Formats: sequence, structure tokens, C-alpha cells
Amino acid sequence: MSITSSEIVGSVDTASVDVPAGAPPGGGRRRVPLPPLTPKLVVGLSIVVAFVLFGLLGPLVVQDPSAVDSIGMTAPSADHLLGTTQTGQDVLAQLAYATRGSLLIGAIVGVLTLVLSAFFGVVGAYAGGLTDEAFSLLSNVMLVIPGLPLVIVISSYVQDKSVLLVALVLAVTGWAGSARVLRGFTLSVRGRDYVLAARVAGERPWRVLVVEILPNLIPLLASQVVMAVIFAILGEAGLSFLGLGATGSFTWGTMLYYAQNGLALRLGAWWWFVPPGLAIAVFGAALSLVNYSIDEIINPKLRSQTRAERKGWRRRARTATVATDPTEVAA
Amino acid sequence: MTFVARKLGFYVVALWAALTLNFLIPRLMPGNPVDQLVSKLAQKGQVTPATRHAIELLLGADTSSPLWQQYVDYLRQLAQGDLGVSVSYFPAPVTQVISQTLPWTVGLIGLSTIISFVLGVGLGTLAGWRRGSWLDNLIPVTTMFQSVPYFWLALVLLYVFGSMWQVFPLNGGYDVYTTSPGWNAPFIGSVIYYGTLPALTIVLSSIGGWMLGIRNMMVSTLSEDFIVTAEAKGLRRGRIMRTYAARNAVLPSIAGFAISLGFVVGGSIVTEAVFSYPGVGSALLSAVNSSDYALMQGIFLVITLSVLGANLLVDLLYSVIDPRTRARG
Repeated sequence: MSITSSEIVGSVDTASVDVPAGAPPGGGRRRVPLPPLTPKLVVGLSIVVAFVLFGLLGPLVVQDPSAVDSIGMTAPSADHLLGTTQTGQDVLAQLAYATRGSLLIGAIVGVLTLVLSAFFGVVGAYAGGLTDEAFSLLSNVMLVIPGLPLVIVISSYVQDKSVLLVALVLAVTGWAGSARVLRGFTLSVRGRDYVLAARVAGERPWRVLVVEILPNLIPLLASQVVMAVIFAILGEAGLSFLGLGATGSFTWGTMLYYAQNGLALRLGAWWWFVPPGLAIAVFGAALSLVNYSIDEIINPKLRSQTRAERKGWRRRARTATVATDPTEVAA
Repeated sequence: MTFVARKLGFYVVALWAALTLNFLIPRLMPGNPVDQLVSKLAQKGQVTPATRHAIELLLGADTSSPLWQQYVDYLRQLAQGDLGVSVSYFPAPVTQVISQTLPWTVGLIGLSTIISFVLGVGLGTLAGWRRGSWLDNLIPVTTMFQSVPYFWLALVLLYVFGSMWQVFPLNGGYDVYTTSPGWNAPFIGSVIYYGTLPALTIVLSSIGGWMLGIRNMMVSTLSEDFIVTAEAKGLRRGRIMRTYAARNAVLPSIAGFAISLGFVVGGSIVTEAVFSYPGVGSALLSAVNSSDYALMQGIFLVITLSVLGANLLVDLLYSVIDPRTRARG
């Protein structure tokens, strides 16, 4: 191979080396390794950040979403950028508050799923023995019991649901899948040499768990949390559409519920029906893009570029004449 | 043999857990569901003491006997096949409602899932085989369809194909005016016609997942040594793709397919709500809306049984098609 040593030194930048999360980078300093910024990751993250900003700052600048008006259902105009609903409420204002509500549900479910699945998956797998069997049985049973019907049955018994109750029910029915994945991964990490070495050296169990095992799990945990948020937002939208969600609050799902009840699509009021659905779709797509990027970190075979392409290593073409560069390494 | 025994044991435990959940939920919730149900039934007809006792066993207000006694009676009643009387379809018993609506759901959703699986796996295999081709770049687009909420996509398609360009009917399972149920050509033709649009929405929204799954597995499998050996032996490319690569790559997809068959009964709820299709899902919805707890519990039981059955089938099937699991199990 005719790659000169100077080219290699020049293009390997220590700041962008993507080392596996468990090993310390060269130099002895513990630097947090950043994921490589592929176009997919950049697009996904920027869309997510845009939605979060809209949800946080939007309600501060728009009109009152509950203010009814006698103008009824009107198309987008200068006064109402996204038109009005059947009762004259501003759709853009409702969208801003709904973004906040849906993102809140997504965040709560994400955190709860993370805590539950990490506890039942990681701690159970690390502890081993009877605890492992019990936790594994619990997550398998929870996995097998059908989620949406269970959510519907539980929701139907309580009439006035808050956003918190819906998030709680979604989290309780959705943690089992992540727990199983985490358990499988932890079982394989548990048997690695450095973990065994730490245990033999007499490290306490919690320290081994946090310092040796957890850093390996971070990409997987991130991927599971993102999937939990997608599941929460889609699940809440489905529940609210059926009339079983938090009908008193503003979320993307309840906007669609009221739009469907107000016969928005039949009457041609696309400005009421399309924005919430499009918001769910675009936000879900952005989260999926982020998830693919995380998948590529976990499984390098899925990357679309080879390592040489990404780092810009150039190969000097073999020519018929003798190479004149004295530093060229003979292939 | 112990492998099968262990699996069966697990599913018995899961079934017991589901039945217990079904037993506990109405008793933990606020309010008195028995009185509500009995008063609704009384509006429609006479409620005998035996009916009231059966309802109390299902929903739990018989405070005279201890909880474990109620539990045993509840299990015995279930074993006899008595799921109670439905309020929303009075005076039909719950078993009759379920047996009438279940074939519609299984037919529509089952067929759609099979079509989606076959198409998705086929296209995904080609996409993984020819990485970087236009088919491979189509996959992110199809997975975008998955982040679209299913009912939103279904409603938009219903509007476009039902109202705007009147190609498909707006609701129902078959043409109630001109055909009558039975094994005759007009009825079957009408069923297919009414089922096309719902099936189309299900296939569109789920095909992305199958494609992505098998494409990733193909990419992993194609880097293995035995593929290189097959190529070196001089086998045809089509044969390598099908018999060597796809056959190994499709294993997790088959497991996923069997599991999604289990969700056929439970996942039909939104589809049937949008298209007013006369299946188990719309029965569950009308049960929820009219607080018909007996029907709700019965449908939940049926859904749980089908999911558990499908999962058991997967586990046993997997040990047959992938011998490596037998060694560990």
C-alpha cells in the first residue's frame, strides 16, 4: 500500500477519533468520545432541537389557544397563520401548546422507561442468579401481554385523565422491550476480561457496574430512550384519537381528536388536520434519524462510508515509474 | 424435551399473569363497575340474580367472600367458557359477539400482515444485496412512513381515495345493500373491494420496518466467510443471495412476523375505528364507550390468548429453523 506515513499522521486528528466507549483515548486523559457528525445525525438533531425550541418558546409568543371566536373555521390568513378551528380558536397557538404537551409526555415516558428498563435489565443481569431469573421472567411476561389493549382497558376505567396519567400508563406498558435488550447486552459485557479483573481486584459491585459496565451501555441506552420517546408520542396520539387520552390538555393527539370530531377533513379544513399529524411525522422521522446514527455507532458494519472515506485518507495511485518520494512506504 | 417443557411452563405463567391482571384491574379502579353494568343491563331487560352473580364474579363486588375465593370462582367461570353478557350488543353473550367479529379482523389484518411481510422481506433482501442502489436509498423513505401516525395516514388516504377520487368505499366491511353473507361470488368480491383500502394503509405503514430489518441482517450476513466460499465455488449469484444469505438473514424477521401475527387481533383497533370495519377492534371500542366491562374483559382475554399463542409458536418454530438455539435452550 502506498500511503505515506506523513499522510496518515496528517489526517488522523485526535479530536475526531471514534474509540469504543470503554477504552480511554491515547494521552491518558479521560475525554468523552463524541459520535461522528454524519449528515443524518446533523439533520435529525437540528429538527429535534427546532421542535424543542418551538415547544418551549412558542407558547410565549402566540395567541391564546382556547380563545373562541365567532369567525368559525377559516383558512390561513394574516391574522391566523394556520387558520382557525371550528370554534374560531387559532390553530398555530394550539400547535405550540400541543408541541409542549406532546414533548412533555415523550420526556416523561423516556425517563421512566430508562429507569425501569435499566433497573430490571442491567441490575438484574449483573446480579445474576435468582434475581436475574425473576427480573427476566417479569420483563418477558410484561412483553407478552399486549400493550395497546391493556392501555385502553386501564384508561377506560378513569374518566378524566391528566397528561401525567397517560404518560405513566404508556411507560408501564412499554419498558419491557428495552429491558430485554439491555439484559442481553449486559450479560455479554459481564463476561469480559476487564470486568472480571475489576471484580477480582475487589471493587465493590456498584462501582464495577457504574465504571466498567455502564459506559459500554450508553449508545444502547440512548437508542432505547429515543425509541421509547417515539413510541410514547405515537401511542399518545393513537390513544387520544380514540378519545382515551388526556382530552383536557393540548397535545398533538388531542388536536387530531378534535379535528376529527369537527369533521375537519370532510369539510376540507386541511390546515387543522394536517399540521399536528405532520408535526408527529417529522419529529418521529428526526428521532429515527438520530437512532440510525446511534445504530451506526453500535454496529460499524452499517455505516455507509468506509473508514478511509470518512477520514479522507488518500491513496497515491500506483504509477509505472519508480516513486521519487523517499518517504513513501513500499507496499 | 426440557426445552419445550420450559417454554410451555413460561407461557402457562404468562397466561396466569394475564388472567390475574384481568381479574385485578376492575377491582383496583375507582367506582363500582358492577352497579353501573347491572343498571345498564336492567334498562334493556330483566337481570336475574344468576346474571348479577356472574357479573360480580367478573368485576368483583361480592364483598362477602374473600378475594382468593372470588379468584377461584372467576377462574372456574372462565374455564366453563362463560364470559358474561354484553351490554352494547344486548342480549348477545360475549362469546357470540367475539365469534362474529373475530373472522373479519383475522381476515383483514392477517392478510395485510402476510402481504406486507412477503413484500418487505423480498424488497429488503434485494436492497441489502445491492447496497447503495436506488432500492437501498428508498429504505429511509419507507421508514419515514412508519413515523407517520398510522391513523393520520389512513385518514388522509381515506379522504383522497374515498372522497376526492371516489375509488374505494368510505366505510364498512361489505356492501350491506346488494349482497348477503355467504360463500357466493358477489359477497366475496364485495369483501375484497371493501378491504382493499384498509389493507393498503396497513401494508404502506408497516413495510418499512420489514425492509429495514432484513436489509441490516443481509448486510451483516454478507460479510461472513461462507458467502465468500460460495462465491469462490462459482455458484450463481441468485442462488447465493437466496439460499445462502437470505436464508440466514431472514431468521429474526420470521420471529418478528410470528409476533406480529399475535398482534393482528390487538392492533386492529385503530384501523377498524378509521374505516368502521366490523371487527374485534370496533367491538372493543364500542365496549369502552358504553362501559361494557364484560365485553371489554372478554376481548382482552381473547387478544392475550392470541398473542401468547403466537409467541409460543415463535419460540417452538425458532428452535426448529435455527438449531443453534436448541443447544443453549
